[in-house]
Amino acid sequence: MNKHTIKDYKSDQYVRWCPGCGDHAILNTLQKTMTEMGKDPEDIAVISGIGCSSRLPYYMGTYGFHTIHGRASAVASGVKVANPDLCVWQITGDGDALAIGGNHFIHAIRRNIDLNIILFNNQIYGLTKGQYSPTSKRGFISKSSPYGTVEQPFRPGELALGARGQFFARTADNDLATSRQVFLAAAKHKGTSIIEVLQNCVIYNDKTHIEITKKENRAKNTIVLEHGKPMLFGENKEKGLIRIGMELKVVELGKGGITEKDILVHDAHEPNTSLHIELANMEYPEFPVALGVIRDVVTPTYDENVALQVEMVKEQSNIKTFDDLVTQGNTWIVE
Amino acid sequence: MSKRSKVIELKEVVIRFSGDSGDGMQLTGSLFSDVSAFLGNDLSTFPDYPAEIRAPQGTVSGVSGFQVHLGNSEVYTPGDIADVLVAMNPAALKANNGKVREGGTIVMDVDSFDEKNLTKAGYLTDDPITEDQLQDYNIIKAPITTLTRNSLEDFGLDNKSILRSKNMYALGLVNWLFHQPIEAALEAIDKKFSKKNPNIAKANKKVLRDGYNYGVTIQALTPSYHINAAELKPGRYRTINGNLAISWGLIAASQKSGRELFLGTYPITPASEILQELSGRKDLGVKVFQAEDEIAGICTAIGASFAGDLAATSTSGPGLALMSEAIGLAVITELPLVIINVQRGGPSTGLPTKTEQSDLMQALYGRNGESPAVVMATSSPSDCFKYTYWAAKIAMEHMTPVILLSDGYLANGSQPWRIPKLKDFPNIIPPIPVGENEDWQPYARNEKLVREWAYPSMHGYQHRIGGLEKEEDTGNVSYDGVNHEKMTKTRQAKIDEIAHHIPDLILYGPPEADLLVLGWGGTFGHLYTAIDDMNIAGNKVAFAHFRFIHPFPKNTAEILGQFKKIVVCELNNGQLASYLRMNFPEKRFRQYNKIQGLPFTVDELKSHFTQLKNESDE
Repeated sequence: MNKHTIKDYKSDQYVRWCPGCGDHAILNTLQKTMTEMGKDPEDIAVISGIGCSSRLPYYMGTYGFHTIHGRASAVASGVKVANPDLCVWQITGDGDALAIGGNHFIHAIRRNIDLNIILFNNQIYGLTKGQYSPTSKRGFISKSSPYGTVEQPFRPGELALGARGQFFARTADNDLATSRQVFLAAAKHKGTSIIEVLQNCVIYNDKTHIEITKKENRAKNTIVLEHGKPMLFGENKEKGLIRIGMELKVVELGKGGITEKDILVHDAHEPNTSLHIELANMEYPEFPVALGVIRDVVTPTYDENVALQVEMVKEQSNIKTFDDLVTQGNTWIVE
Repeated sequence: MSKRSKVIELKEVVIRFSGDSGDGMQLTGSLFSDVSAFLGNDLSTFPDYPAEIRAPQGTVSGVSGFQVHLGNSEVYTPGDIADVLVAMNPAALKANNGKVREGGTIVMDVDSFDEKNLTKAGYLTDDPITEDQLQDYNIIKAPITTLTRNSLEDFGLDNKSILRSKNMYALGLVNWLFHQPIEAALEAIDKKFSKKNPNIAKANKKVLRDGYNYGVTIQALTPSYHINAAELKPGRYRTINGNLAISWGLIAASQKSGRELFLGTYPITPASEILQELSGRKDLGVKVFQAEDEIAGICTAIGASFAGDLAATSTSGPGLALMSEAIGLAVITELPLVIINVQRGGPSTGLPTKTEQSDLMQALYGRNGESPAVVMATSSPSDCFKYTYWAAKIAMEHMTPVILLSDGYLANGSQPWRIPKLKDFPNIIPPIPVGENEDWQPYARNEKLVREWAYPSMHGYQHRIGGLEKEEDTGNVSYDGVNHEKMTKTRQAKIDEIAHHIPDLILYGPPEADLLVLGWGGTFGHLYTAIDDMNIAGNKVAFAHFRFIHPFPKNTAEILGQFKKIVVCELNNGQLASYLRMNFPEKRFRQYNKIQGLPFTVDELKSHFTQLKNESDE
């Protein structure tokens, strides 16, 4: 089945991220997972904007395009609409996608173009050396916020779903199993897939996700959602999520008469966004942080519909060539 | 035709339809043009309308006009001054004060000349004829509103729809005035309306016929005009405006090159018709992406180009400003891209519906870094087709962004166009590699310094490109200073080389003339007509017009060298003149500029050239 090895998805370029950067793990997992996707390297295009994460295409053995700051969603949209048979990945960061590229990001999602967008979220500007980003927590101290930020951060899941996103997943850079699982699910999903990766910037924002991503914290501070499975977490799956009214609540099995039957079962295919947004918004320490595929709903994609329209109009129209076009309508002959 | 009091035979005539912006003057003008073209006149049209969709009714600022110049020989401009004015209300009469030839004909809808409208238009008395000193004009006072209402009595239409048909009454009257058989106009209405709304088509035809018959009734009192058909090159013709010609030029280049066409764009006046036309061309497989802004417009096009499509974007000056950074990306990655800029008055939002040539410097230099792109300009509505085709050919064959400058005057102006055949166009051969090639390198170059265009889905050609400086041949990221200098010079040399693959600059008029007139872009018709008139009168003037500006055609220095006195005429503050001074510092370039949102007039050009010829060299 896997006619390609990981080598086919690697370029000959030396990987130039800082030692210890979370990007290394994401790159390796992506390349490894691509061997399972059934796509030849020449049918994959990896498009990026600007930032540390956006160097990733240079290290791929596929086609790659390192574009300009914030515009990767637009360039990737053009690639996919020009050739819908390609498997198109966009690599971006919290600054690239959510600050300068916010407009293109939400419109790509709204159109539901079949792109797989990996959003490296380290809550900091790394390449410009340490300014706060649109996902930095309120009060975050950085080079450009010496007294703490006075801004509300974006929550990428909420933003993506607010933009009519139909696929949202989350993983952590060092959680290779979940990364593999969500990359595969995103590749399979038709439409815009957003994967938020909690990524560690070892230089400017080290350990920002540590409470969530550290191996020994993971079981108690995260919940890996799986479609059709009860929302349980903890070392021994002893805790779970229930919904009271409109609010989520963490409960312990066996306490206050709670049994597994009371626990919510994850439905990633539910079109209504309200529970998905609540799940995406869960923050430590009040809640476990949701990982895995939070939303995966099938709706018509832009690129498929463009192709369908072209096919339909071609069939109905009597204009088949340029010469047909220019001789239509009001013409006259001069002898 | 029954007897008339007087029929004036003319070689050419200019007619201006003018009314409130809701009066349908653009439609009336374009139907009249279609009919005249069909009857064999050569023509050129110019719509002139406010930026507001419905500016305050009855005021001078809300006046919308459409001018048509008909001739029995080739017509290059919509004309300086009207011979016939149709004024649907007092504001239209006021707005055109001084724009009608003395003794010309003015058709007025007298029903709209009431106290309220006269006041709104700024008349102080109830007698605009005397107030504007129009006593010597041939005035046709027709109660058009009342007559239209009578005409449609039995149609059961509401008052609004009836009033909307007034323009067809005026058109019928004008068809009569120009001896045009009514059948052609009726057919034009059918083509326009019968599919969408047969009842409106029927009503419009009735009103048109009654307007025509009204002319027959009053003919004893009114002189009418006749213009013989022009002698045009044999072939099949249609009328075309600049934006349609650009859209079709892209389609032609796509079919000839075998590359699918992708347009990524965002609506903007006066370029939106390109988006609209191409989004209807799904029958020819055209992919149109209406983006969230101009940045995304050009970036989707760059993505499509990377993926192997003939990619284009269309915009106007403010949009080109937003695209600057992305154009730089296309320059450094060396991807083919056609950027169409339909210029309008600037800076900022400026004059959205008025024409200007003030984006030349922006096109040449409006980017960070050493960022050479090809800059071209189209010079008439019909040659928008030819030069768009050329822009696409150069973009693909030389792997470069090409900025094609059109303008609002060309975009909306129309002309008869001899329909070409795809097989007669020059070939377009994009440098796409074929076969297996293990040592293939994305930035290796051919003798024209052009790299190859390999795109995703091509097996064995996987490569990575980007906005960072790249090592020669391999395209790998390189921060080496010597390499950067070499790549910068190579990118410029690649563009300079194009001078050897484009048509030479043409010299019109006598080479021994003591004055050379230079122009570029949409001013061709006015400049050509002016120098042609002068040469016919024995007043020698030479003329050259740039369609290729970066690079200049290779014989440019040679032509400039033949003349001592050179004047550069532009609808801006002297941008080409400055650029010429930089490139040909040994020459002196005089300037003639107009920045009023309007084309030159032939008269003002002739009087300026005559004056220049008489000036001493010092």
